[in-house]
Amino acid sequence: MAARAALARQKADATAARLAGMTLPDGADWATSARRNALDRLMAMGLPARRDEYWRFTDPASLTAAEVIPAAVPARTEKPMFDKLDRLRIVFIDGVFDAAASDPLRETGVEIERLADAMAKDIHWANDLYGVLEAKGQTPVARPLATMNTAFATDGVVIRATAKVKRPINLIYLHRDPTSDAVLHNLIRVETGADVTLLENGPAAARLSKVLEVDVADGAGFHHVRAQGRDHERRAVTHCFARIGAKSAFKSFTVTMNGALTRNECVIDITGDDAVAHVAGACVGDGAGFHHDDTVFVTHDAVGCESRQVFKKVLRNGATGVFQGKILVKPGAQKTDGYQISQSLLLDEDSQFLAKPELEIYADDVICSHGSTSGAIDDTALFYLRSRGVPVKAATDLLTLAFLAEALDEIDDPALAADLRDRLDNWLARRA
Amino acid sequence: MLNINNLHVKLEAEDKQILKGVDLSIDAGSVHAIMGPNGSGKSTLSYVLSGRDGYTVTEGSATLDGADLLDMDPEDRAAAGLFLAFQYPVEIPGVGNMTFLRTAMNAQRVARGQDELSAADFLKLIRAKARDLQIDADMLKRPVNVGFSGGEKKRNEILQMAMLEPKMCILDETDSGLDVDAMKLVADGVNALRDAGRSFLVITHYQRLLDHIRPDVVHIMADGRIVKSGGAALALEVENNGYADILTEVA
Repeated sequence: MAARAALARQKADATAARLAGMTLPDGADWATSARRNALDRLMAMGLPARRDEYWRFTDPASLTAAEVIPAAVPARTEKPMFDKLDRLRIVFIDGVFDAAASDPLRETGVEIERLADAMAKDIHWANDLYGVLEAKGQTPVARPLATMNTAFATDGVVIRATAKVKRPINLIYLHRDPTSDAVLHNLIRVETGADVTLLENGPAAARLSKVLEVDVADGAGFHHVRAQGRDHERRAVTHCFARIGAKSAFKSFTVTMNGALTRNECVIDITGDDAVAHVAGACVGDGAGFHHDDTVFVTHDAVGCESRQVFKKVLRNGATGVFQGKILVKPGAQKTDGYQISQSLLLDEDSQFLAKPELEIYADDVICSHGSTSGAIDDTALFYLRSRGVPVKAATDLLTLAFLAEALDEIDDPALAADLRDRLDNWLARRA
Repeated sequence: MLNINNLHVKLEAEDKQILKGVDLSIDAGSVHAIMGPNGSGKSTLSYVLSGRDGYTVTEGSATLDGADLLDMDPEDRAAAGLFLAFQYPVEIPGVGNMTFLRTAMNAQRVARGQDELSAADFLKLIRAKARDLQIDADMLKRPVNVGFSGGEKKRNEILQMAMLEPKMCILDETDSGLDVDAMKLVADGVNALRDAGRSFLVITHYQRLLDHIRPDVVHIMADGRIVKSGGAALALEVENNGYADILTEVA
């Protein structure tokens, strides 16, 4: 007990030291109150440390440190992501909204505002959402980095969809400064009957903390496709907190290429009957400096809902992949259909995949399954391709893409899926 | 075309000698068949020729038009004109049949210094060849061999052969798992490819495939060697009397 108390003290001291001198951003009373509330919660729970069970596979030190580890900004030769799509572009440079580079924030069926503008208003719907889903997502597992984000986020967008929005909204995060430290917080409310697609891409900064709170009302749809690019040295911790109402659909897909450290947490709370929540990801990592962590927590708290978690990772040259996924079925959440699969393809013996799949079920009429595998390229398939004249590198790439295909299948829009597939193909082709 | 000389091969995993001095010479345009009891080394021969891992050549040689096959990677053997129709075609989830064939075909063309085939030309070609083998559009779109019946898998092998136009075709028990109609279809596909510049090595347990694909020479393989060679009549002899008589005779 004494040891535990000492540890808690140590953690509290470290948290206090980290936060000393940081000031909460200005805003309307409700905004300040939400931030103070977050700061209090953060002080109470403390910043994460390697000793925490939830951070057993991923070292949070570089995410919590006061100093940012610099990340080089590589020259960009690739075409920008989602370039062929008609979309509304909102650009952030090193975590700061850039009005000149963005399209006007106007679109039929949706209201879009910069976070700082919304939080300066005395009365705003964001009052009901900012930090609210984040706070709710702290039980049963603490996510202090999200709370820190709520306290200190200075930029982001708030989006309220009231109809089917025709064009996707594309948040583009550019990285220019090798020591930038971005803290972004986005809110999305999808009202009853509305439907919106959110695209996100770009490395954002040397270090990024991003929180997305999504409230999907009854009979609404939210589609999310995210590409975490390409800078090798960037670090990111992202949280998505979603509440999903009755007969609604939430679909989120993330592709991650490169990055020194990525921790993507997705916390989904299904509160309305007959809703669907899919969260999926494909990641490709090369080198001992690559560490990618998908941490997902899906709570079924309604009847007749379906959830899917599909995560695939390709790891080579000593890269590390982590999956922590949970399905929690609350008492009374009957007729739940929960599915979870996490798989890794290890292209050499130095790479590793760490997985912790969990089911916790308190209802008796449910179908839930989970699986986790890791393995190498199938020798028999490789030989078959080579025996038809496909060179070993191309054959390996083809089988690698085939491995990722099941995750890409989770994307509803074929044009988006094809775009991401091409990117992955190029990523593979660039490697010797 | 294909010259195999005193080929000795070991199975690496079991350190076991499988082929113990195979001699075989196949001229351009001719069809040879190899028959033999289980475990005689027929499939091993096909794998060693096509370059599968797990086998060590301890002695002897194999050349295709004078080029040392055993020194080449599997993809280079394919580009040089060798083709193996697998006994058990491999299922590859996530790779479309068309994508696979087009990738293979263009890789071979590039290796031979030819231009890649355009998407339109490829489509035209594959549609025509698929029609002959009664392979429908759906089978072309599906992942390679996934969910195919035994007969569909074998037809798919022959389709690949027809598209890639190899000069040396090895058919490893292509008749296994086929009903009479499917066997006829596969044999017709093979016969359509018979050509003065193309040779076949047909590995089979049964005479009936050879009723459809008439061989010029039949070899009997036993215990890692070719123990007897003859005309098409030799296959009939096996069908009627089994291997026992032949094996006793050569022992």
